[in-house]
Amino acid sequence: MNALWDNAAFLAEGLALSLGLTVIGVLGGLSLGTALAALRLFGGRAGGAVVDVYVFAFRAVPLILVIFWFYFMVPLILGRPVGAFASAVVAFVLFEAAYYSEIIRGGLASVRPGQMNAALACGMSRVAALRYVVLPQAFRAMMPVFLTQAIVLFQDTSLVFVVSLHDFLTAAAIVANRAGRLVETYLLACLVYYLVCLAATAAVAKMRRSAP
Amino acid sequence: MITFERVDKSYGDRPVLREVSLDVRQGEVVVVCGPSGSGKSTLIKCVNALEPFQSGTIRVGETVLGRGSLDARALRRRVGMVFQHFELYPHLDVMENLCLAQRTVLKRSRSAAEERASALLDRVGLREKCSALPAQLSGGQQQRIAIARALALDPEVMLFDEPTSALDPEMVNEVLDVMTALAREGMTMMVVTHEMGFARRVADRVVFMEDGAIVEDCATDVFFGDPGKLSQRAQRFLSKVLPH
Repeated sequence: MNALWDNAAFLAEGLALSLGLTVIGVLGGLSLGTALAALRLFGGRAGGAVVDVYVFAFRAVPLILVIFWFYFMVPLILGRPVGAFASAVVAFVLFEAAYYSEIIRGGLASVRPGQMNAALACGMSRVAALRYVVLPQAFRAMMPVFLTQAIVLFQDTSLVFVVSLHDFLTAAAIVANRAGRLVETYLLACLVYYLVCLAATAAVAKMRRSAP
Repeated sequence: MITFERVDKSYGDRPVLREVSLDVRQGEVVVVCGPSGSGKSTLIKCVNALEPFQSGTIRVGETVLGRGSLDARALRRRVGMVFQHFELYPHLDVMENLCLAQRTVLKRSRSAAEERASALLDRVGLREKCSALPAQLSGGQQQRIAIARALALDPEVMLFDEPTSALDPEMVNEVLDVMTALAREGMTMMVVTHEMGFARRVADRVVFMEDGAIVEDCATDVFFGDPGKLSQRAQRFLSKVLPH
């Protein structure tokens, strides 16, 4: 127990990195993913093709490869080193956006086309129909998948060890080996993952209840 | 009030409307019937520009649909529509369903919109359901709310697209009663329906369609009272839908 206590700050730093990457990944991925979904909806055939290629490119390869790749790519493009964290952020946002755009597409498709027609028939503009009628329903349908995606992302932050970042699990592994306390450390790691997952689930349930 | 002039529409190579010409006068109730796939629903969805068509013109009051630009939203404000599957907004309660377009389209104040909505809920006999969600209502109740929602915008014309075909038989009449009252008040109505009893009692004219074309267009008493004058196809249809 002492070994864990002594390393609490180190573990907390790892947890902060994991949570930070998750939050940036979700917000950035959601923004870019929404833009991609809009491009697919309103961008005609060419826009749809661009999104198809994008989604295919990121879904076909494992995340760990994307992280690794951007670690070398981003400095090449910018002409200067950007550090492991920045390149990891870019990799996460671009990777998540591919998944979010598909989730949003599925959510919009889950709303019956008659709903759009009913809103249009009342004289509402397409934008108003989306905002007041289609999107609120799509958003509700998407919430559980958003939650799953965020939890998977939180777990996947452990992959940043390939660019020598210390996320929570990497930090725990270092502590476990250094102190020779494998069972206790990994039990604690497990507990932390459960707590984060529980908190996220509770937050989403609250949002679903209070959604307009 | 509504005039179709040689309207043609096709999906790719498949024609769905062929040279449709039709005239609906103000205050008239026209029932459109015919076998499924004959183009009835497409026909009335052309009236409020939910379905585009390739040639011909449709006039609704002053508005002309067809060539050139068109403000579909201004037209739709004046034309109410009731759908086969109700299409109430499931995430909003009854009052919000009735107020949404009043607020966003007509820019009415909340109190003015709610006042209009309450009056209409009274009229369809569902005042006490104003804070219910659509999923908590029966099909017949949902369709009566949907009619009230369309009326909330004070339309000049009402379109009904098979308003009772998704209902259990015991709920059909409550919806037809609301429609009958509306017709008696002089609303201009185009109704796609298989309810021949309603057509006989309420319609001024009956239009029979087959394969995208209007085969019969005659006064209600002629359509039901003198079937010998109708085409073979209309007679066959009538013999199937009328009780023996």
